[in-house]
This record gives sequence, C-alpha cells and structure tokens, in this order.
Amino acid sequence: MAALIMILVSAMFFPGIILRTKSIASGRRGPGILQPLRDAGVLLRKGSVFSTTTGLIFQIAPVISLATVLCAILVIPFGKQEALIHFEGDFVFFAYILSLGRFFMIIAALDTGSSFEGMGASREAFFAMLIEPAFFILMATFAMFTGYVSFTDIFSNFFITSNHYVLIFSIIGFYIFIQIALVENSRLPVDDPKTHLELTMIHEVMILDYSGFDKALIHITTWLKFAVYGSLIYNVVVPAGWNIYLQIALFLAVQALFAIIVGFLESFRARNKMNKNPKFILTVSAIAILAFAVILILNLNL
Amino acid sequence: MSELYRKISSNPFTISLDSIPVLDYAGFFDQTVLMMKDEAEHCAALYAVEMSGAPRLFCCLANDNDHCFRLYSTELPRERSTVPSLSKEIPQLHVFEREIHENYGVVFEGHPWLKPVRYPHYRADRTSVMDNYPFYSIEGEELHEVGVGPVHAGVIEPGHFRFICNGEKVLHLEIQLGYQHRAAEKLLSESRNGISRCVMCDNIVGDTAVGYALSYAQLIESLSGTLPATSLQIERCIALELERIAVHIGDTAALCADVAYQFGQVVCEALRTEIINTTQFWCGNRFGKGLVRPGGSNYMMNRKVVDKILQVLEDVGKRFAAISGRIYSLPSVLARFEDIGCVTRRQALDIGAVGMAARTCDVRRDIRWSHPFQYYGESSFEPLVFDTGDVLARGLLRAEEVRESTELIIELISAWNNLPAGNSGPDYNLSLSPDSFALSLVEGWRGEICHSAITDKSGNIIHYKIKDPSFHNWMALAIAVRQQEISDFPVCNKSFNLSYCGNDL
Repeated sequence: MAALIMILVSAMFFPGIILRTKSIASGRRGPGILQPLRDAGVLLRKGSVFSTTTGLIFQIAPVISLATVLCAILVIPFGKQEALIHFEGDFVFFAYILSLGRFFMIIAALDTGSSFEGMGASREAFFAMLIEPAFFILMATFAMFTGYVSFTDIFSNFFITSNHYVLIFSIIGFYIFIQIALVENSRLPVDDPKTHLELTMIHEVMILDYSGFDKALIHITTWLKFAVYGSLIYNVVVPAGWNIYLQIALFLAVQALFAIIVGFLESFRARNKMNKNPKFILTVSAIAILAFAVILILNLNL
Repeated sequence: MSELYRKISSNPFTISLDSIPVLDYAGFFDQTVLMMKDEAEHCAALYAVEMSGAPRLFCCLANDNDHCFRLYSTELPRERSTVPSLSKEIPQLHVFEREIHENYGVVFEGHPWLKPVRYPHYRADRTSVMDNYPFYSIEGEELHEVGVGPVHAGVIEPGHFRFICNGEKVLHLEIQLGYQHRAAEKLLSESRNGISRCVMCDNIVGDTAVGYALSYAQLIESLSGTLPATSLQIERCIALELERIAVHIGDTAALCADVAYQFGQVVCEALRTEIINTTQFWCGNRFGKGLVRPGGSNYMMNRKVVDKILQVLEDVGKRFAAISGRIYSLPSVLARFEDIGCVTRRQALDIGAVGMAARTCDVRRDIRWSHPFQYYGESSFEPLVFDTGDVLARGLLRAEEVRESTELIIELISAWNNLPAGNSGPDYNLSLSPDSFALSLVEGWRGEICHSAITDKSGNIIHYKIKDPSFHNWMALAIAVRQQEISDFPVCNKSFNLSYCGNDL
C-alpha cells in the first residue's frame, strides 16, 4: 500500500521536475513544478475526438494502458512494507503486464491507419523487444544473488546478505533501471518527447491521434511508468531495514534525483540516430549479462 | 547571324531588347548544350515571355570562372508548340522547362519529369490541379509510401513530401510544392506604384527580406541608369550580411533542435535575437523590411547604428564561435550530422545547385565573388567551400560564414567611415528605360536571388521574373535523402532550409 501511495505522489511531480531542470539548464525560469499536472487537468475536462477510421481498440487502449501500469505498481514493495500482491516470479508478471499495455497502444496506433503511426508502432515494438532481456537478466542476477524470486523478497533481502559485493549490484541496478526507464518511456537518447517532427518520433507519433481525456490518460500513464522505475531504483539503492520516515524522505529524494538526471541528460546531449538505437539498447543488456556472469562466478566460487 | 549571345560582365545589367540575339530553336538548343557542358556555367534565368503572339525564350547563363553573363533568346513558332527538351542533355534545366510548360503549354519532348511546378492561376492547362498531381510510384511488396504535409506539425510553410520507403530506408522522395498562390510576379509586373512594389518585394520571402529588396532595388536602379552612392552600397552590403548572420545562427539553433540538443538550440536562439534586434535598432524592423529601397534609403546609417553593430557583432561573434565550437565537437551531435544527407559534387553540378548547397559540395559558386554587386567588388571577399556535402558541412559552412560575414562587416564599416555620408531618400518613381531586358543577381544567405524584368516601349514593366535559390536546390534535398533513413529527413531538410514561398511565389 505504501508503495502505491508513494508512487502516485511522486509521479505527480516527476514531469514538472524534468521540465524545470531542462528550463534551468537552458537559462530560463521555466514553468512551476505542477504545470504538467494543470495541463493534464485541462485535458481531463475535455472530450475526445476520434477519427472515423479508428475502431474500438483505439478507444480502449489508453484505459488499458493506464490499468496495466497500476497493476504493475501492485507488485512493487516499499522498504519493509510488502507489496500488495507478491508471489514467486512476480517480476515476470510486472514485465508482461507492462508489455500488455504497450501491445494495446501499438495495435491502437495501427488502428488509425496512418503511415506515421505504423512506423512509430514498428519502432516501439522493436525497441521494447530489445530492452526486455536487460530487465530479465538483471532480475535473474538479483534472484541468484539473494536467493528469492519475487520483488518483495528480493528487495527486502537485498542489503541483508553479508555479501559486500552488494554495492556493485546496487550500482549496476541503478544504472540499468535508469536506462530501461529511458527506453520504456521514450526519452533521450532513444526518443525525443519534445520533437514536432513526426518522422523521427517513436512513442509520440503513436499517440498523435489522441486528444482530450484519452491524451491525459496517456500522459498520466507515462508519469506513472517513470515513477515505477524510480521506485525500483530506490529499492536497489536504499536498504529496506531503515527507519520509515527516513525511507519516505529518501524515496522522494531518489525520485527527484532521477528526474533531475533525466532533465540534465536531455539538456546537454543530442539524440541517437535511429539505427544506432538497437546498439545502444543492446549495450544495456550486455552490462546486465556482465553482472550476471560476475554473480555466477562468485556463487560458484571459481 | 553575327552574334550567338551577348556577353555581359556587370551585375545588375540592362540591355535593349533588340540587341539580344534571337536564334532558331535548333541553334538555341545546340548552343545551350554546348555552353553548359562547362561546369562553371549555370542557368541564372530561363523563361518565356509572350511577345507578339508567340512565346520568346530568354536564357541567361552565369559563369563562375570568367564572371560574365551570356544572354540569348529564341522565338517559339507558336503557342503550345512541341520542341525537344534540353533537360535530357542538361538536367539542371528541368525545373525551368517545367515552368515554361506549365505557364505556356509548351511541350518539351523527352522531358523526364514534365510535372506542375506551382499551379499559377494563369497556367496553360487548367485541368491540372493539386488533386491529380502525377506522383511517381514504385510497385513492390516490401515498399510503403509515407506522405508528409502539406500541413505540418511545426510552424512551417505548406509543402507535400512523398517518400517511398523500404522499411526505414528512403528509396525516393518527391517534393510537391505550389500551395501558395500569391502571384508575386504578376502583381509586380502589373503594379504601377513604386512603393507597393517595394513592399511586395520585402515580403516575397520573409526570411530574405533584405536580399529580395536589394535585388529589386538593383534592378530598378539599373533600368533607370541610377548609380547608388558608394556609402549607400556599403550600407546595403552590411544589411545583407547582417541578415545572413542572423539566419545562419537561427538555422544552427534549428539544427540543434532537430537532434534534440537543447543547449545549442537555446544559446543560438538567444544570439540570433541579438542580431535581428540590431537590424531593428537600425530600421525599425527586425527582418530589415523597409531598409533597402531604390535610389536611396529612409534609414541612412549613422554613428549610433555603426557603434551598435560593432558592439553587438563583437559580442555575438565571440559567443557564437564558442557555442559552434562546442556543437560541432560534441560526439552525439556529430553522430547525427556526419555523412548524413550527402550530395556529391557531380550531383550538385548536375542539378545546378547554387549558394550554400553548392558551396558545401566543393562548387565555388557565390555571386558576391563571381558577379560582384554593390560594394562587394571592392571588398576582399572570398567564398568559403566545403567538400563533404553532408549535413555537417552545411552546419559548418554556416558557422564559418557567420565568422566571415562578421569580418566583412567590420571591413565595410571602416570603408564607410572614410566616406561622406549620403542623405538621399528613396526614389519610387524612377523612369525606366524602354524596350529593355534587365537582370539582377544578389547572393542572399540561401544563394543567388535573381530578379529580371522586361519593359515596353514606354518604359513600363511588362514582365517580371523572380527566381529563388530554392528553385534549383529543392532537387538537392530530394537527392540527399535517398538511401538515408527516413528519420534523418527532418535534419537534412533543416540543413538546406529551402524556401517554399520562394518556389511558389
């Protein structure tokens, strides 16, 4: 329960902090932290316009997508607080419930019949497929390291093991979760959420036909996804045993730090060339494999 | 026939219609093919004018090496006649022939691409409309077509791009323009009001206001035999260079925005503002509208303006050098610019590329140097040339041209300092020489802008012709994106930054 509340709260500030960081980095004052929230509020009060070429899939996709992210949050623990649902192999559930949401967004994009959206959908599917191994290899590493196979057990035992190699996995987990979050949420360097150029878009082009209420839902889904990955990052860097108030403060700090890192990343570098993205994403998987190999060697005491 | 063409060495120039050689079409054809085999030669103007019932074709070639124009003409036997196409031999003439075909119904036999250019109201074939544009298509299981525009996501002008792609790779791009129907040429030839003509020229292509106004002013002065005072000539050059600096910096910002490099974008945007505000300080308009007028100027440069320009240029020059050094050394930016959208030297010569598009492909083509106008002949200007022809070259050329233009302005100002200040206002009612052909070329920031006019026996303009550098260069963009990824199209497009309204007029 604690995780759900914390994620919902931090998700509200996430886009505002990224925006503000980018504004400050470019020498501007920028809008208030809550501006994206207000914008979403405006959209929520509007109706949606649907193209005549679209069908039912297009209309239900944003809701399904939001629902899947909310489901995914349920298996995430917060410190010593167990997740609302936890069972062996729940991280597989986590990965594929998110994929389900993405699947619906992809077929909704195809539903519009637009050549842009088909292109975006194909890119999204391709890059999502490439990032999947990184997540699973990383989780397998953690599972082997702690000896448990659910988020709740892995994270509550992550720092308890007397094994001081934990620091390595903490850092690798931090790095890989950030990279996965950037790919999953279509941020720089893989995608550029700010661009107006349809031909270069990945995620943005898939949602071009959405308006009003549905568009707000899509935005909220993105924020939540960010906060979900932020909470995974938090779980690999902060030991579960610490005082609950300290935990809450640290959780918010980690989320804010994550948002600021994303903001800075987007200010001072250019985006990848489209055909460089697969290499970039596979590098993340490669690092996960490296971590996996290290833990394998340690476990076998070679 | 005594003379096959008239050789002219001044820019702008006016000559009487009678003295332009009239060849038969076969002679016209052979001579054009023969002369244009020289790669230094490119077509500055080729257009038809309805004279005594039949179209007369005027052709003016500009040579980069001997700094001369060659002017000749031919008379077609009647309207809608069928003649062999020059484009088969000289590809760069394709768009000129398309225009003549569209306006006068002349059929160019063997033309590979005889499609509409801009759908003017007075076109010969009124059944040819936007909806039945004959797009090129390729059959294939794996291929798909992507159409972009004419309404775009950003704030840009209307134009339709149709890609034929194999997956992410572009096989072919067809650019269809002609969505704006302002009939600029027709209005200019019909208007008898000097002021309204000036205002029109300021607004034909909004991002090259000074270039267009200067091209028009030169033309009118040449037609009326007026020679502008040296101080005025210098002032015009300074205005043109300021425009070049502002647009080049703005384009650098846009290039950064296209690859999502926010830092480069915001810094360059801020610097561009400094420059256009200086132009505003000078003449009250950020784009220099109203600054260049025939015969004189409403905004003579004074000490205050000079000091402001020098101070801003020193500051902006330093800061832009710093940021462009940073942009073009950042690996993530270089990865997006290097070897993207390449145009080879051969291709650039074949399509008759002008201006920046030519100079990034190792073609030394700059009107300021090859056919100097205003004060450029006396300045120490030398064109800059890059040879890779990719997006990076087009970016770097901008950075280098900003530096060069800054130095040029400083040189021009020191020349201006030694001259008595002129204080003549513009003259909108100059009387033009009758029965004449006049042509004026200006190197705007994009490339050469050509204005040309023909007068009747009472000195009224009966035909006005404008040619924007984009008229040649759109083809360069179509070639640049072949075999590239479709997601690199926007940055290629931005690196050329061609004009839609300059094509549509």
